[in-house]
Amino acid sequence: MAISLKLPEFLVVRDKERCIECQVCVNQCANEAHIWDQDLEQVVSNDVACVNCHRCVVYCPTRALRIEEWKQDFKKNANWDGISIKQTYLQAESGGTLLIGMGNDKAYPIYWDHLLLNASQVTNPSIDPLREPIELRTYLGRKPDLLKNPSAFREELPPQLQLEVPVMFSAMSFGSVSLNTHRSLAAAASELGIYWNAGEGGLHEDLFSYSPKTIVQVASGRFGINASMLKRAGGIEIKIGQGAKPGIGGHLPGEKVEEDVSRTRRIPYGSDAISPAPHHDIYSIEDLRQLIYSLKEATAYERVVGVKVAAVHNIAAIASGIARAGADIIVLDGFRGGTGAAPLRIRDNVGLPAEFALAAVDQRLREEGIRNEVSLVIAGGIRNSADIIKAIALGADAIYIGTAALIALGCHMCQKCYTGKCNWGIATQQPDLVRRVNPKIGRERLVNLVRSWEHEMKEMLGGMGINAIESLRGNRLMLRGVGLNAKELEILGIKAAGE
Amino acid sequence: MESRIDATGKHYKTLNQEIISGMNGGTTKLILDNVNGQRYIGDALEGNQEIIIHGVPGNDLAVFMNGLHITVYGNIQDGGANTMNEGTLVVHGSAGDTLGYGMRGGEIYIRDDVGYRAGIHMKEYGDDRPIIVIGGGAGNFLGEYMAGGLIILLNLEGRENCLGNYTGSGMHGGAIYVRGDIEKQRKKIKARIVPVQNAEAEELNHYIGRFSKYFDRNPGPVRPEEYFKIVGTGARPYKKLYVGV
Repeated sequence: MAISLKLPEFLVVRDKERCIECQVCVNQCANEAHIWDQDLEQVVSNDVACVNCHRCVVYCPTRALRIEEWKQDFKKNANWDGISIKQTYLQAESGGTLLIGMGNDKAYPIYWDHLLLNASQVTNPSIDPLREPIELRTYLGRKPDLLKNPSAFREELPPQLQLEVPVMFSAMSFGSVSLNTHRSLAAAASELGIYWNAGEGGLHEDLFSYSPKTIVQVASGRFGINASMLKRAGGIEIKIGQGAKPGIGGHLPGEKVEEDVSRTRRIPYGSDAISPAPHHDIYSIEDLRQLIYSLKEATAYERVVGVKVAAVHNIAAIASGIARAGADIIVLDGFRGGTGAAPLRIRDNVGLPAEFALAAVDQRLREEGIRNEVSLVIAGGIRNSADIIKAIALGADAIYIGTAALIALGCHMCQKCYTGKCNWGIATQQPDLVRRVNPKIGRERLVNLVRSWEHEMKEMLGGMGINAIESLRGNRLMLRGVGLNAKELEILGIKAAGE
Repeated sequence: MESRIDATGKHYKTLNQEIISGMNGGTTKLILDNVNGQRYIGDALEGNQEIIIHGVPGNDLAVFMNGLHITVYGNIQDGGANTMNEGTLVVHGSAGDTLGYGMRGGEIYIRDDVGYRAGIHMKEYGDDRPIIVIGGGAGNFLGEYMAGGLIILLNLEGRENCLGNYTGSGMHGGAIYVRGDIEKQRKKIKARIVPVQNAEAEELNHYIGRFSKYFDRNPGPVRPEEYFKIVGTGARPYKKLYVGV
């Protein structure tokens, strides 16, 4: 039998003086990277199984553990680095397509970090958020071209989603994440007065009470979609694609299809859950319009129907088509978007940065005079409140967070979600692991995250002398670019710092 | 209570609103005349009323439908019973493409042929099991990605080629029964072919019996040797395809 060339990725460093052989690490690690050796009467490491999720490091009562990179260097080679060499070994040994979790981790430029914000100095006063109200409330949905009756105080509007803060929890399917993760997201969204997206796996019946704050996703697999769900949900989103894997459908490995997932998706227990690449009833923009209106008819035109696409080339033209097809919201998912499972090469090489997609789409819709027909929601690696403020200045109405929400729940970004052995209880269906997310604590952590961002956003807005998020939307004059070339500045529609 | 609506010249939005008003007003049997391409008839309707359609309904007939019994005297277009949850659709004619896409329950009886991708990604759980019975033949990709449910293709005209290419591609649940000769069509089938057991005849006879009642065409009681059965190649078609990084 051929010997595998695979070396461990990580080294488990156990401080013998601190270790009290309590076996907490053995019990906590679902990957079995720690093993109790009966004969030696001590814990030994199986380094090759370690995924560097830090569960054992955090739970070790004496802080005896540390995980390091397995530092076996190759001869220096700027073209064939260690990662490329090891991936080649892996494919030569298995014949398989490389599969990975979470979002693109390659060193492409992060354009948020090239944008700087304005502040008021002298020429107009800044506003102190501790003293004066600053409005972050946002409405997502189609806005009319003209007021029908300008003298009336109230105008009848098409359906809208009301968000107290311009943040929502992005689509993560039940199956890719655990039920307790969904419970945390649903409860936090309700408390915060925002929305969460249940993803393409359907809504578990335990969460029906959260329906008014739930956006249900109609993806190509049509999991969990039926008339009562559509009528009950707060909003509907057609998933055409996602930033992590533009152009291909979703896969949920059979390991993660246990009883609840099988029932919610209506597929056989233990079977791989496949979402086809295209919706097989959408082969053109006219077909998209057909699906949008089938959903509007189903909900008596009382629900917001959005469309989520991955940011790809010519996204501006695509978005214009989607707006004209009748969508109320367009979600642009940049290439940093996360996933439970995606082919590595697609995750790392396909799609565009959310920043460019957003700027291009906002600009194009304004030029065509249809910017009011849709709300734009941006997703794909938004990390903090500054990213949010910059996104809104570039033209977003709101943003979706996925990865950031999971990190709030304890995710350590080990990128092994597809194994179903998430030690933090997030990307797993194993009951003993799912228990590790306490929905009450999960809810609290998510609420903390968004509330802390809320205050930071108010500080930044107040600093600019703006007291309503509406005044920042698309206000590119509040941004300046650093380290960007002329073309990038042009596409983003912003001036260079100093101009 | 029975009532009629003349669909002549009506936009689908108007027609569907009239249908809903009729139902809310207590109509239990609604007859639509002169239907000509209006879409979304039956969209997300719930209950057990009956709708009879004279003419050619447009795309997405009975999409998201949850109950009701629809009979069409004519052909239907694409997306019939798209993501339908419950109910019955009877078509005295042919269907277009993607019939029963993501269907979750209920029954469809098509007298003649279906187009591409009929029964794509049909699903089942427990007692909720969708059924499609087709009197003629099917186009490419019949039962693609099927995860559950039952398709019976009767091929009443006895064609040598009653199936299209890529039949059962990506199937991982459910079953397709085809009445006809396997040999000339083996290459078109991308899933596993198994013989039909005697014990399965009872269930097939049940649904074929209903087909016969609706269309007055009877292929006779099921003889297992006249049929072949297509099932999924396994629950884990992708296990060998991927390797974790």
